[in-house]
Amino acid sequence: MGAGAHIAWFDEIGLGDREQVGGKGGSLGELTRAGIAVPPGYVVRTSAFERFLESLEREAPVRAAVAALKADDLESITACSRALRRGMEEAELPGEVLEELTAAQARLRAGTEQPVAVRSSATCEDALDASFAGLQDTYLWIRGAAQVPERVRSCWASLYSVPSISYRLKHGFPEERVAMAVVVQIMVDAGTAGVMFTRSPTTGDRSVVTIEGAWGLGSAVVGGEVTPDRWVLGKITGEISVREISDKLIQHVPAANGGVEAVAVSDERRRAACLSDAQLQELSTIARQVERHYGRAQDIEWAIDRHSGAILLLQSRPETVWSARDAAPIAKPQQDPLMHVMSIFGTRRCP
Amino acid sequence: MNTQTAAFPAPSSLQVLPGTEQAQAAYPYYMQFTAADDARFWFYNSMHFPEPMSAFDMVTAEAAYCALGSSTTRVHCLPTTLGIDYRIINGRVYIGGNAVTDPAQIARRTGEFQQRAFYYYGNWERLYAQWREKMLALIREAQGLPKLELPEFEPLANVHAGRGIAANHALLDIYQKTLEGYFRMWHHHFEFLLLGYGAYMTFFAFCKKAFPEISDQTVARMVAGIEAEIFRPDEELRRLARRAVELGVDDEFKEGRTAQAVMAALEARGAAGREWLEELATSRDPWFNINVGDGFYHYHRSWNDDLSMPFAGLPGYIARVKAGESLKRPIENLQAQRRQLIQDYRDLLGSEEERQAYDQMIALAHRVFPYVEGHKFYCEHWYTNLFFNKIREFGALLAAHGFFAREEDVFQLTHYEVEAAIIDLMTSWSNGSPPRGPERWPQIVSERRAAIAEWARHSTPPALGPVPDVIDDPAIVMLWGITRESLDRWLRATSDAGSRELRGFAASSGIVEGPACVVRSVEEIARVRQGDILVCQITNPTWAPIFQKIAGAVSDIGGSMSHAAIVAREFGLPAVVGTGNATSRIKDGQRIRVDGGRGVVTLLS
Repeated sequence: MGAGAHIAWFDEIGLGDREQVGGKGGSLGELTRAGIAVPPGYVVRTSAFERFLESLEREAPVRAAVAALKADDLESITACSRALRRGMEEAELPGEVLEELTAAQARLRAGTEQPVAVRSSATCEDALDASFAGLQDTYLWIRGAAQVPERVRSCWASLYSVPSISYRLKHGFPEERVAMAVVVQIMVDAGTAGVMFTRSPTTGDRSVVTIEGAWGLGSAVVGGEVTPDRWVLGKITGEISVREISDKLIQHVPAANGGVEAVAVSDERRRAACLSDAQLQELSTIARQVERHYGRAQDIEWAIDRHSGAILLLQSRPETVWSARDAAPIAKPQQDPLMHVMSIFGTRRCP
Repeated sequence: MNTQTAAFPAPSSLQVLPGTEQAQAAYPYYMQFTAADDARFWFYNSMHFPEPMSAFDMVTAEAAYCALGSSTTRVHCLPTTLGIDYRIINGRVYIGGNAVTDPAQIARRTGEFQQRAFYYYGNWERLYAQWREKMLALIREAQGLPKLELPEFEPLANVHAGRGIAANHALLDIYQKTLEGYFRMWHHHFEFLLLGYGAYMTFFAFCKKAFPEISDQTVARMVAGIEAEIFRPDEELRRLARRAVELGVDDEFKEGRTAQAVMAALEARGAAGREWLEELATSRDPWFNINVGDGFYHYHRSWNDDLSMPFAGLPGYIARVKAGESLKRPIENLQAQRRQLIQDYRDLLGSEEERQAYDQMIALAHRVFPYVEGHKFYCEHWYTNLFFNKIREFGALLAAHGFFAREEDVFQLTHYEVEAAIIDLMTSWSNGSPPRGPERWPQIVSERRAAIAEWARHSTPPALGPVPDVIDDPAIVMLWGITRESLDRWLRATSDAGSRELRGFAASSGIVEGPACVVRSVEEIARVRQGDILVCQITNPTWAPIFQKIAGAVSDIGGSMSHAAIVAREFGLPAVVGTGNATSRIKDGQRIRVDGGRGVVTLLS
């Protein structure tokens, strides 16, 4: 593939490479490997971050400075964070990293002006709980080529934000194991986007896929700015048992100057279903494919490209809420199988 | 709404409709409401008795509850429930459970139950094979009852043989045997039923816990048999359609032509026509012994007695045969699909322990289900048919002696009154005086017919008395599908009369819109036109030929295991069952939308 030491394309990596590409990067690589379409992109490996950190640490310690902090000393954390982030934002990218990044960016855009997303992908995302991943920065709708290296640096710096440092200190996570990869990925100009769950978020049912979606970019759904349409599909029967079409007042669209903006949805589309039955079945098939690939329930973000109509996955995370409750089996095998009927005949349910 | 304080009207607040008091009084004392009944919860058993009951037809309630209660209370000793009490008012049958609440009693009954029920489960196949033999013997006994005769003189041969019993005695003997056989049949009916439903419910409840959003129909599809007897009548009809095409006589089957006209034309057609008629004869015995209802009303005639139903289905099937369809149910496919469904859900379970428990439960459900599905043909259809037809013979005899105008009038008398009329006739034959009945019964018969017509014009509350906090009587939950949730739905339904939506069980998925054909009794079934959505109180698999005409089905009564739901799924028709009041909320001809996946019916016009 011709990628240098610091860049990895999605199809070259998987979950096993998380030490070098972080949780998000590994997951996108793994999906690509499983044959699931994701928006094309690459990962700036942790080696680039390490190289950057090395050059910084020639001036002053970074990891040691954080490791020396106390979790309850917010004042020192804030001062340290400010100093580290300023230093990082002002530092140059190492020459070889910038070179590889520029080449990769040119190849990704392939002569077009497609905007990209620049996302933090920390190595410790899996070791810590899901909320950690949200503490580092993500930059969407980045248009100018020059902005990409800047945003990569900002992602690195966001590892030293007050909440991120505090979180690691609180959980006693060793600093030397903290590193940051960065995902750079084409933005999907979504006509419809949303989330889906391979296990019902409301009942924990494993036999259904719950799909939520709305017009425009997925940020409106994820951010709770619109009540999405909601469907429940049987994984095995394919039956659509719930169809809730909501009044979708707004949708997110890419803003001209980067970022997203909320615009009103036209009257005739507000109460129209944002997905066809065929698209629902296709999404459900993809959800099952992802779930099977990982061997456990997944929460998935998806988008449908407004131009090509292709379904793309933006993210897939293991489901955690219901999985944590699964300790006791619903029923255990009985020595005498007939004893099962006593659950119907033998007990009174008290009011 | 605050369901804690919710209550249905008290039984004592329910008035016997003016002018029908005499007809109400005719029902035996033990089924009349009393003041003490106000303290209890009752619900209208519209599932089994959706129409006002004639005096004679109440014998079905008597015999069935006698046998059901024997099984639950004394034979298998269900730990938490005794039998079912029943009352009748305005021709409507209300029933109430009789729960066991004392923990010591429950413990004692649990010990008994396990010695009895578990023996049945453990020896199911042998006992079920034995059951079939008993049922067939009972059927043969009923078929073997002599014809009713009152000759002018006792046959000489009897006298010379020194028989010493005269012909009039046979009437009482045959009548009592007929009645006794019917009561006995109901004991057979309940011999396995609760145990069968219980094993099914065990698996059902497990699936609902493991997969809270699984539809009832999916669980049903995992358990339902594929070659159950109840499918046979319709399969015979399909076979006859194929034979008609093979023999080249299919052109005689025209929409709107009566069965008699078709049969006469076939007779005139020569060898091919007669061959088809012979095929018909083999199908009729026993498979046309199937009622067009659930067998609980004397006027639910069988296909055998009224060929209009099967013949109404033939032109449609013939058209499909000619279009190249085999009309054979793809048994192997259906079996493979069922196996796959069971396997797929098994794979989704969370642990090996759960999978083993699942295997145990579905194995038991499969073991018992052939009985649950199969008994109806023998009991509610074949035997019940013989029973009502024998009573009809008494009706004909009594009518011939002027007791009333028509043989059908006999069903306006209670079974005690029929016996009284028979003794009256026996007496008259023996002493040479005219019978007294002709002075008495015609007036009463017309009074009671008028009462039934009046009762049918009025609806009746779905339940009476205080709402219990929970309904956990396994018999009531299993047989009637009544839960606290369904009661709340009923309470809401009365307050939501203005809404455009009706809710019920999602019985067969799919969405369809079309004109409603509201069929309040089976006699109206001929009105159903191609593309109509059938709206009825209760559907029945014997209506299967109608299902090829309709676009969807809605019923007042029934759960997802009702045979209507099963047939709708086989035909791929959207169906919503158990709506409670579709036949009163939906107008004939009104456009409606049926969403069988969600269990919602929407009124469109």
